[in-house]
Amino acid sequence: MIITKQKSEEKIKEMTEPFKKLFIVGCGTCSTSCQTGGEKEVAEMVEKLGNRVIGSAMVEEPCDLRINRRDLKPHRETLKEADAILVMSCGSGVQTVGEYTGKIVLPALDTLFIGETERIGKFYDRCKACAECILDETGGICPITRCPKSLLNGPCGGQVEGKCEVGEYKNDCIWVLIYEKLKEQDRLDLFTTFRPPRDNSKKVLTTELIF
Amino acid sequence: MASNRPAYSDLVKEIRKGHFVLTGELEPEKTTGLEEVLNSARAMKPYVIAANVTDNPLAMAYMNSLVPSYIVQREVGLETVYQMVIRDRNRLALVSDILAASYLGIKNILAISGDHTVLGDNKGALSVYDLDSAQFVYLLHKMIDEGVDLAGNEIHGGVKINVGIAANPNADPLEPEILKIGRKVKIGTDFIQTQTMFDIDLTKEFLKEMERFSCPILVGIFPLKSFGIADFFDKFIPGVSVPKELLESMRKCKEESDKEKRKILYDEVNIEYFSPFIKEIRKTTKAAGIHVMAVLYERILEPLLRETV
Ligand code: SF4
Ligand code: SF4
Repeated sequence: MIITKQKSEEKIKEMTEPFKKLFIVGCGTCSTSCQTGGEKEVAEMVEKLGNRVIGSAMVEEPCDLRINRRDLKPHRETLKEADAILVMSCGSGVQTVGEYTGKIVLPALDTLFIGETERIGKFYDRCKACAECILDETGGICPITRCPKSLLNGPCGGQVEGKCEVGEYKNDCIWVLIYEKLKEQDRLDLFTTFRPPRDNSKKVLTTELIF
Repeated sequence: MASNRPAYSDLVKEIRKGHFVLTGELEPEKTTGLEEVLNSARAMKPYVIAANVTDNPLAMAYMNSLVPSYIVQREVGLETVYQMVIRDRNRLALVSDILAASYLGIKNILAISGDHTVLGDNKGALSVYDLDSAQFVYLLHKMIDEGVDLAGNEIHGGVKINVGIAANPNADPLEPEILKIGRKVKIGTDFIQTQTMFDIDLTKEFLKEMERFSCPILVGIFPLKSFGIADFFDKFIPGVSVPKELLESMRKCKEESDKEKRKILYDEVNIEYFSPFIKEIRKTTKAAGIHVMAVLYERILEPLLRETV
């Protein structure tokens, strides 16, 4: 899931300040699950921004152009009047809504990561969408995402009692976890295998997928 | 097995001759001057075969270490170990700097990860880490031993540099650290420098473990110039703790109000602690030498080494 967090009230106020007529779009998928852009949050936002809000709508998947068409069609007239749309979804949704409506779009949320959910309010960064997954080699634990240095060949030496030097030794050193997992799976040969430098051009050149 | 690359540097030549070596450490800071570094280099020259020049340690933005690495060799005649962290350079910048270092006559590079930028003095900076330290050693191997960069592009002129890596015997757990060192040794490492060590038993255990790689190891020590430094080290340098008795002895020295006398007391405590340490390493282990990180405390070198070398 794409994990998001609502921007501060001041930031939203500052961002929306110049616009007299606002339309608010919520997200029926990830941001509903994160409780950052679901129906309840949209209603709260409408309340907060008061009479400048001329309308609001839930889009089941704001990141899907087809769903935008389907779910925003009934609001076409109101949307026409709006000076800006405040979108309560991830960055991808904000851009898609912008593309569909042609309007000025404002992000109400900060997009944090592709994450794992333990429960609502406990989310963990798990994937940077690197375009070449290596989880088969690392015991199913991603060092690109979870090691702050994205190292591919073992720990940096900065771990203390298994904790990472980044973040005041609160988080696990992911390379220690990978080591332990591979050891448990009796696959330590994967730990000692040298992984050559990544071809970063793969990610840079993968900006669209068309088939 | 240790690398079979020729010994290009005096440091590696001495090590291969089987001589117990001593190296020092120089730290250029956030300054446009090099007087302090040059003075330190001059002061340590009689005692060490080479000196490391640190590269933005603790992610502090200091003077580019290549410049003092070169100037110290030229002005003082002391060989340097040019430390290079991968935090601040992508593979293009690494290649550029290695080529420049070759031209300037640098003979040793210490290939290290570097502390993350969030620990440093510009916390908002991007950490690069295009390569990790094993891949950096691989890049050096490609350039030095095969005359090409990572993409296979030919390098004109030849790079004649010996490669060192860092090891952290204090790493906990230790096994992944050891496996990682083994991988770098296999790729092409000429010497290993450990982080600061205080605990002789731990050091000996580590050295024993490392014997399987047959790669020369320099054991790092950090003589403590004052109680303040000892205390700071103990509290703020992750993974390293100063032994209680040593810290206590340092604290006692602090009580002496006469500055000159206090200096003598501090020196005595250091000599008392580190001389037997060095002697023990020298006599009972296969270590190739000691890396003394006595930054701005060069006066300790002579008395410290007098009885041990
Ligand atoms: S390796 Fe990590 S960042 Fe890359 S796709 Fe797999 S989980 Fe995502
Ligand atoms: S301590 Fe571990 S997780 Fe943290 S940067 Fe180093 S290798 Fe990565």
